[in-house]
Amino acid sequence: MSQASNNKIFSNLWMIAVYIFLYLPILTLVVYSFNDSKLISTWTHASLRWYEALIKDDDLISAVLLSLKIAGISALMSVFFGTFTAFALNRYKRFKGRTLLSSMSSMPLVMPDVIVGLSLLLMIISVQHWLGFPEKGLFTILLGHALLGTAYAAVVVTSRLREMDSKLDEAAMDLGCKPWQVFYLVTLPLLLPALVSAFLLTFTLSFDDVVLSSFLSGPGYSTMPMVIFSRARLGLNPTINAVATVTIVVVTIAVIASSFYTSHQARKRKREEAQAYSDSNK
Amino acid sequence: MATKQSFFSRLFDGKHAVIGIPYLWFTLLAAIPILIILKISLSEMQGTSVSNMIDWSNGWPKLTLNFSSYQFIFSDSLYLKTYISSIKYALLTTLICLIIGYPFAYFMARSPKHLQPMLLMLIMLPFWTSFLLRIYAWKTLLENNGIINNVLMSAGIIDTPIAMMNTPFSLMIGMVYSYLPFMILPLYANLSKLDMRYLEAAADLGTSPFKAFWLITVPLSKAGIIAGSMLVFIPTIGEYVIPELLGGSSTLMIGRVLWNEFFSNNDWPMASAVAVVMILLILVPMAIYNKSQAEAEVK
Repeated sequence: MSQASNNKIFSNLWMIAVYIFLYLPILTLVVYSFNDSKLISTWTHASLRWYEALIKDDDLISAVLLSLKIAGISALMSVFFGTFTAFALNRYKRFKGRTLLSSMSSMPLVMPDVIVGLSLLLMIISVQHWLGFPEKGLFTILLGHALLGTAYAAVVVTSRLREMDSKLDEAAMDLGCKPWQVFYLVTLPLLLPALVSAFLLTFTLSFDDVVLSSFLSGPGYSTMPMVIFSRARLGLNPTINAVATVTIVVVTIAVIASSFYTSHQARKRKREEAQAYSDSNK
Repeated sequence: MATKQSFFSRLFDGKHAVIGIPYLWFTLLAAIPILIILKISLSEMQGTSVSNMIDWSNGWPKLTLNFSSYQFIFSDSLYLKTYISSIKYALLTTLICLIIGYPFAYFMARSPKHLQPMLLMLIMLPFWTSFLLRIYAWKTLLENNGIINNVLMSAGIIDTPIAMMNTPFSLMIGMVYSYLPFMILPLYANLSKLDMRYLEAAADLGTSPFKAFWLITVPLSKAGIIAGSMLVFIPTIGEYVIPELLGGSSTLMIGRVLWNEFFSNNDWPMASAVAVVMILLILVPMAIYNKSQAEAEVK
């Protein structure tokens, strides 16, 4: 009895310690964003001073807007190309060069960011020499983020495709659907939750990236992480805490909302399936 | 007979488009860039650009391969030292993540079923908040005038601040912190599928829980251990942001060398050569990872 309860206490303590380790830095950012003192070392009193500074910080605001734009567009691109990649690798088991495609698609996942960034930049410079474009800037950052995002989106969509019942596609086919109708009426609705989570994941990756952006950005295009990174290198800056708190609040709401959405979808599907079965048994 | 029309209709039929689009995308943005790195690593700087590898001036292509960047990497002890220290830090990070993450994943897999989704979500949640900001947060915690030193000093435990920032210690904290979830997730996925009947059988046969853990649980979770270790080890080798913000100038990491060769020294061939050697280093753990994944899929 006491042995078992000791084990229980030990395992609970271990888990709590890990959670504290994971959440301590986040908590610090939030708490100290309300500290009036410029020095992180002293807590004077609570104030919204750094949030005021944040609103007036035009560099940071325009960087945030740029990052949002890049993250939105590149996430759409990632989901588009990632879905194609997942379909190519999962619906067609045998074709020439399948291994090559699968290793190319996992390359951005395993290569360090610095190598992906450097190689893309050198490629873009070569193309520039040859064709005269593209200029380094918004477009090149989008390419980099979309490349990384495609690899992640492909993983997310693949895991959904694997658990999806291909009998449903076949049934629709048997009932006379054309391939594109099967895709729009059967596959796509079933895939939608995975597409939503792939979008959220690749959006976050893009919104968070500093290395690829630094390689691929041109003059006048500083993303939010680039601005934060250059300030963080110089030292501590309480405005960063305020930005952090705002992003943490937004992200937490989005994650909770999306998990509610997915569980709601799953319940709805179960209900509809049960309904269909009971109808067919009448 | 293949007419032109049938060629085009073949080209745009479902299968070819579905395979062709991602193929083109990754060839242009993943495969060709790596080949370009390889090419540039074998050239040298000429002014602000790199030398041409193929010289057409005599009417004939004349291929010039320039190995000076590689010679420099292998003769200058600083590069070798940096590669070795990157591997050392990556190994250490992997080991610490395993020591913290394995028991955690084990306990999580044994916790009440209805709590597990929430525990899992709490592991994933920090993923969604900016990695950069979380690393920055450690800076505010670990600085000499940072929060940890302040708390310890005002509690009277220490008189002078402990120098934690810009040391291997702060680097390891940042790396373990960032990559711990990558260790926990595959281990949890593996351990939660473990058949408890094996352990019950062992207990019935009189094996102590400790012995059963080492003889049954650990060997059965080998795939999870390998997957988690590689998911931590591979990205940490080339990590740039964490050493730059937390490591200080004394901790040598190869990602920073590459960055400085490119941005500070403007030496593209050197940066490319550093990258090529790094890719070769990563290929070994990658092969191990792919093999274990393929084996897991067969099972």
